[in-house]
Amino acid sequence: MLTLTAAHQDRIKRLLGHAYRPSRVRYWTSGSRMVVILDEIGKTQPITTGFVLREGKIEQVKLLIYRETIGAETRGTSFTNQFKGVTLGSNGKLSRRINNIAGATLSVRALTELGRVAIYLEQIRPR
Amino acid sequence: MRTTKIRRASGPLILGLGILASAAQVTAKGEEAIDEAYNNGSTNYGGNNWFEGTTLGGYGELHLNLNSDKDNAVDFHRWVLFLNHRFNDRITFNSELELEHSLSGDGKPGEVELEQAYIDMAFDGGMHLKVGLFLVPVGTLNERHEPDTFYGVERNPVEKNIIPSTWWEAGLALSRSTEGGLSWDLAVHSGLKTDTFNIRSGRQKVAKAVAEDAAATARVTYSGISGVNVSAFANYQSDITQGGGADASALLLGATADVQMGAFRLRGLVASWDIDGAAAAAAGKDDQWGYYIEPSYGFDFGNGKMGVFARYHEWDTGGGAIDSVSVGVNYWPVDNVVFKGDYTDEEGNDSFNLGVGYSF
Repeated sequence: MLTLTAAHQDRIKRLLGHAYRPSRVRYWTSGSRMVVILDEIGKTQPITTGFVLREGKIEQVKLLIYRETIGAETRGTSFTNQFKGVTLGSNGKLSRRINNIAGATLSVRALTELGRVAIYLEQIRPR
Repeated sequence: MRTTKIRRASGPLILGLGILASAAQVTAKGEEAIDEAYNNGSTNYGGNNWFEGTTLGGYGELHLNLNSDKDNAVDFHRWVLFLNHRFNDRITFNSELELEHSLSGDGKPGEVELEQAYIDMAFDGGMHLKVGLFLVPVGTLNERHEPDTFYGVERNPVEKNIIPSTWWEAGLALSRSTEGGLSWDLAVHSGLKTDTFNIRSGRQKVAKAVAEDAAATARVTYSGISGVNVSAFANYQSDITQGGGADASALLLGATADVQMGAFRLRGLVASWDIDGAAAAAAGKDDQWGYYIEPSYGFDFGNGKMGVFARYHEWDTGGGAIDSVSVGVNYWPVDNVVFKGDYTDEEGNDSFNLGVGYSF
């Protein structure tokens, strides 16, 4: 369990674009890898997404539960593979621009924001 | 702070994640704790405030048409409300109510229409079942037509007249999306009704609709290559007159493409109706078709996004082929608000159009 301070939540709010309510985040580790499962609303439904991270980089993104009725192209590996090797810049943006999918803009944005938060959580977790 | 170490099994950590995914999606014996944690929002979600059971959304657009062949017009073309409710993790209700042209009623130019109202059930593996009133899965605009998602003030005339967008029916629709990028839709639903073989006015809109003859729609979509989305669709109805005249079967075949290459994008559609029977042939409406091709260029700049486009359309609803060209620009100060301008020339009648649109 990662406990978030007010400073952490403030930073996450800026990465996510809105307030982040949980004060604790569950995560798992194996060696130097970390796994975290996060939720963010696409258009109207939350997208439950798993991130595998290592040393400040995203290794893999997997959409675990996709509830929207449209925009499911974001589930595809051709989309999620874009996150491989991505890091978080000091400006709060991902090191690589994630290509938008026409018709799934809100889902793409939600996943991009979650990617930022996932990397940040990996950075602040206790070693 | 505690950490839980996952034992390295016969595979990478990803396998563990996959197992977690199955556990989160399906309540399995011994995994109730994880399932409850994620489905009831008791842990990562931070409590009941995290997402609402009922959500509202909407879109709308105001148009100004400066026409050379008829009066200029200003019109709040559409004001739409989405009302959705989530019953549990798998079952939602989704609906769309639309007011067209501001005023509805006898002698008024507008209409209030229910364009979507269905229960959606999510199954494992990206499968969904819709039961109710839904948008027919065809075309480029039929399901997704918020003003900030397309170029040009008015929706393109090919989809308007040939698809015929916006087209909704009532029935059952099954769909599946896969991680490899291939997805399909299969729907059985109410059908069009026309004995003049005018496709667009054959839409019954599920309003005390005659249901003598059902229809079926199938579509396959491929989005497995980043930036590429292509689809092929078909719709069949065994009697488009719904028993009103001699049987006339109707088959719609079409394909769409949407390819994004950096800042360039190419979008297109081709569709054609083949209506059987002597009556349709006599009316010259047995073969109706249309296509459009739209290259565009979009770019970000400090204060939003901008895009320029050109679109060529050609279509024939039985009265001979019509062609038109539109060129214009969209400006998005934020993703879901758009200002549009275009110049359209349809068979020598030209218009300059301005619009503002939004969605949320």
